[in-house]
Amino acid sequence: MMLMKRRDFLKVGAAAGAMASLYGCAGGNKAGGHVVVVGGGYGGATVAKYLRMWSEGSVQVTLIERNPNFISCPISNLVIAGTKTMEDITVSYDNLKSKWGVRVLQDDVLAIDAAKRSVKLAKGGELSYDRIVLSPGIDFMFDQIPGLNNAAAQEKIPHAWKAGPQTVALRQQLEAMKDGGVFAIAIPKAPYRCPPGPYERACVVADYFKKNKPKSKVVILDANEDVQSKKGLFMKAWADLYKDQLEYRPNSEVKDVEVASNTAILEFDKFKADVLNVIPPHRAGNIASQSGIKLVNNRWVDIDWLSMESTSTPGVHVIGDAIFPAPTMPKSGHMANQHGKLAAAAIINLLAGQAPNPAPVVMNTCYSFVDAKNAIHVASIHQYDAASKLVQPVKGAGGVSAARNELEGKAAMGWAKNIWADMLA
Amino acid sequence: MKRLTAIAAIGLLASAGAYAADPNLGRNLAATCANCHGTNGKAVPGSGMDSLAGESKAKLLQKLADFKSGDKPASIMHQITKGYTDEQLNLIADYFAAQK
Repeated sequence: MMLMKRRDFLKVGAAAGAMASLYGCAGGNKAGGHVVVVGGGYGGATVAKYLRMWSEGSVQVTLIERNPNFISCPISNLVIAGTKTMEDITVSYDNLKSKWGVRVLQDDVLAIDAAKRSVKLAKGGELSYDRIVLSPGIDFMFDQIPGLNNAAAQEKIPHAWKAGPQTVALRQQLEAMKDGGVFAIAIPKAPYRCPPGPYERACVVADYFKKNKPKSKVVILDANEDVQSKKGLFMKAWADLYKDQLEYRPNSEVKDVEVASNTAILEFDKFKADVLNVIPPHRAGNIASQSGIKLVNNRWVDIDWLSMESTSTPGVHVIGDAIFPAPTMPKSGHMANQHGKLAAAAIINLLAGQAPNPAPVVMNTCYSFVDAKNAIHVASIHQYDAASKLVQPVKGAGGVSAARNELEGKAAMGWAKNIWADMLA
Repeated sequence: MKRLTAIAAIGLLASAGAYAADPNLGRNLAATCANCHGTNGKAVPGSGMDSLAGESKAKLLQKLADFKSGDKPASIMHQITKGYTDEQLNLIADYFAAQK
């Protein structure tokens, strides 16, 4: 097994050599070295591909990912609503390996030794690196909802906030639910992954109910005092399309659950649902939050916006949902992809002994479906500001849709196809 | 005379910005478009998104300017183009025009 991997890596090395001679030497110091990427989601897959592409094969990249395939969180709400399948949101890592020469290991990182610049792998052995990129996404703070702090409870009351078996579990519960039942979705206090995601889920499940189980209801239990994203557009969709299906309850933080009775326990109230979907509060994925890297609010990694490098731990870059965001920056797959490119460009410069780009720009586009066909968007552009050392949202730019429309429903699927290819093809 | 030219040159450099631009700035900026328009501007065929690779620079710049001014109706591009300076849009158009 290990021998196979070593042989694959040698093959990759040969491919890299061929690529370098194909492109020729661009002059100046050439980046070299080995970068380990932890996590193959929107951030990790992007940084792996772009490191190989932009270094013209001269930087070796190993991507460590637990799962055999990429499964997208964006679009997974449509699987929950029954209009898309798991196959539709699953993409292979094969092109990263064969086309881009990334070594992909299906494994887990147990620990990082930042002083030694090496990681310990679950399947055994250590891997040394010149620079490491952590793109671990989020892990849930189940201790905040004590009743959910075991595997059986998490199966009965799914979060479905990481796409995969939890997505399937929630879909099956909705299919099995009798007409006249209640689906409740509980949203944690911001910041959380994908700000419009829970409201989109409520919409597309309400649409499924309207067409298939018309006596059923959707209740949103929002820990926040108001809708966190695309507020006007979501509220208009609820009023126009789901007046009899959907109820929004702000200031409704779930503090615990009674698993046997599928009941959410709020501060002053209890709420029993036929299908209960509790999204617990989350923080940077465990490998980032438990490796001694500086965190903000004990939850999110503090990074330097010129390089995505940890402010406390040299050689460790962190991207995606795990970071403490810049002002108004959402935790989104699109943004994780942009972080991945920022990090790839900076790492190539650093490995060649050059300073990172002093003027990085990142942008976000996020589509949400309000029914099976109509979608709405929010967009923002963030430019580096040397005074604050942050990427700041550009005033007067970005914004939301004028109104929900089918054209943006098509654009949402076009977005998905292109971003998946940008990461993995 | 030579000294005067040198001083003028220094003045020009200083006004261009406090830092030297990254030689790959255009590449990096264009990559912010790739999520929707494909890696290096090559959109997935049949995805409904415009491919930008190999388009003429003049055509790209005109389109971007029309989105930015609002002359060209759009669902989202009028909001996105306003987030970039004209210099940045120029670099982006250069990069995509040079892609084959």
